[in-house]
Amino acid sequence: MTELVATTPGLFPLPDWAKDRLSDLKGHQKSDLITGDETGPLAERYDEIRAELTELQLDAGLDRITEGQGRWDDMLAHPLTVHDSVETRGIVRYYDNNNFYREPVVTGELTPSGDVARELDAATAQTDALQAVLPGPYTLAELATNEQYSDRSTFINAIAEFLAGEVAEFPAHETLFLLEPSLIEDAPESDFDALASEAIDTVADATDAAVVVHPFYGALDETVYAHLMDADVDAIGFDLVTDHEQNVYNVQEYGTKESVALGVVDGQNTHVEEPEHVRERFDWFDAQIPAQEFSTAYLTSNTELFYLPVNKAEAKAETLATAADLEEVTQ
Amino acid sequence: MSDNREQFRPPNHPTDSFLLTTVVGSYPKPKWLNRAEDLVDDETHDFDDDHLDEAHDDACRLITNEHERAGLDTVVDGEMRRNEMVEFFAHRIDGYEFNGPVKVWGHNYFDKPSVVEEVSYDEPWLVDELEFTTGVTDRPVKVPITGPYTLANWAFNEAYETEAELAYDLADLVNEEIERLVAAGARYIQIDEPALATTPDDHAIVGECLEQIVDGIPKEVRVGLHVCYGDYSRIYPEMLEYPVDEYDLELANGNYEQLDVFTADEFTKDLGLGVVDAHTAEVEPVAEIKQNIRRGFEVVPPERLTVSPDCGLKLLPREVAYGKMENMVQAAREIEAELDAGEIEVGYADRHAAADD
Repeated sequence: MTELVATTPGLFPLPDWAKDRLSDLKGHQKSDLITGDETGPLAERYDEIRAELTELQLDAGLDRITEGQGRWDDMLAHPLTVHDSVETRGIVRYYDNNNFYREPVVTGELTPSGDVARELDAATAQTDALQAVLPGPYTLAELATNEQYSDRSTFINAIAEFLAGEVAEFPAHETLFLLEPSLIEDAPESDFDALASEAIDTVADATDAAVVVHPFYGALDETVYAHLMDADVDAIGFDLVTDHEQNVYNVQEYGTKESVALGVVDGQNTHVEEPEHVRERFDWFDAQIPAQEFSTAYLTSNTELFYLPVNKAEAKAETLATAADLEEVTQ
Repeated sequence: MSDNREQFRPPNHPTDSFLLTTVVGSYPKPKWLNRAEDLVDDETHDFDDDHLDEAHDDACRLITNEHERAGLDTVVDGEMRRNEMVEFFAHRIDGYEFNGPVKVWGHNYFDKPSVVEEVSYDEPWLVDELEFTTGVTDRPVKVPITGPYTLANWAFNEAYETEAELAYDLADLVNEEIERLVAAGARYIQIDEPALATTPDDHAIVGECLEQIVDGIPKEVRVGLHVCYGDYSRIYPEMLEYPVDEYDLELANGNYEQLDVFTADEFTKDLGLGVVDAHTAEVEPVAEIKQNIRRGFEVVPPERLTVSPDCGLKLLPREVAYGKMENMVQAAREIEAELDAGEIEVGYADRHAAADD
């Protein structure tokens, strides 16, 4: 029997009160965004936001709870944009979206900062089913500009070591999601596809938790997927919303890990899927891979949820939780 | 040159040469208008919707006059009644709903609407706005409308199989609105399609939308297309096939690095050239703007050049926005005089004359 685990890739939209309150406290310009050393009323607001986002996930009935990433102004670039060895420059487009983040330029040595660990520590007060979320090393390197390390390989390895250092400071967690949209959107050329997988190993080695590598916005090129299969992780994620055919093809051709993560809810559309329909997406995927019974299937939105208005993000979380709890559908 | 351009030449224009000066549309709102918009939501205050309408009228009159004072040949009301370029229209089109703000970047949000059923025409969008503006100025009024592709692409699509189908339905509605605007006297329409710059592979969808939009619109109505902040090489020269008279393009921001894109294949339509940056808070000196205008002559001859800021000016301090317009018009007038005096060598003319030899 496959255990169905309802979760998300994190990065929830800020509660509407917080959108106003934070812009009052911080301002609207790029120089006003988060620096990582917030104190006083701003730090207190962020504590409230984290508690509220955590509570939202608990109320929805999700099986894994993230800290919500309310502080991640720069989305997946966050672990770098708050780092002391990183300068933030212009506003750049976040993948093929009408969203923007500050370009992080690495100008000094990347040492562990503890920024993500502090948030996770605080979240442990509310949940034992903690899920940590980080950008995968390839994605974080792609989102950044390197002015410190001698070449791209060294840079990717340095990012991986940095992320591993962050993970080492995490409190106990059930799952670590490494989000790797750049493996699809800016696929590594040959020479770098193997390196991208080795970099993931570096991060995965730093935790005893189940590690899920989740690429999204489509499906991986075959070669990239084949290399990713070399990484020592527990599950690879598949964005079935954007491209179910190529994703299933990759699994049929190259196999997959013991467990699997499936993007079965659309993180970028306000239409709220029916739980039965979400469950059918899992059943469909499962039926395409008859040779394997997955140990765990993580049911998740394909992308982060910050693209959505709050009410829809909440409804999607509930859909995922309900879908995972439905009685097995007989074929 | 489009035959409909000459109607915008002001009476008694001092030079034979004529560079059509205009703006993209949006303009900083006076602070008191922002306060008025907040007040109407404040239940403890008796400031109501009628009061806000009056405030909007005042602001439109003020900004239209500010455009006149800057010397523009065609004016806009600064889009004082509009909150945001998609929201404003989505509120007036049946089929959209709003669920709350979503992030654009940092703490900047946008009430991104959802299309939850087939879109349909409900109330007029801009006819009242046009009638008001034409009533407060003698200058020709340009009407900017957000294009159907952007209205589709910058919304959540819950109702249509594809975004293209949604865009085509919206194009029919834009066509209906333009027919009403033309009946109300509009002679200069600008379709804003910033989303095209971010998804250039969809240029054929935008082309089909434009065919629907101009269907039945008389030739004397000038139709422009505004696109900004993208890689133009991915839509050019294909975009020349679009049934519009003029392309209004942001180019000053990138210091004309993309200008070569438009010289590789002959630019066969009118060019609306961005000659001041909409996102720097310094007013460019006249001399610099003149240099920028002359870059336009590398692409089109003077009789096909429109002079405009890169994009809407609404994010600038108001005095900076005014300064940019004023200097832009002065630069255009000086260039016209220099053209008349034969002091300017027009690269385009030279290049094509040489090719004819």
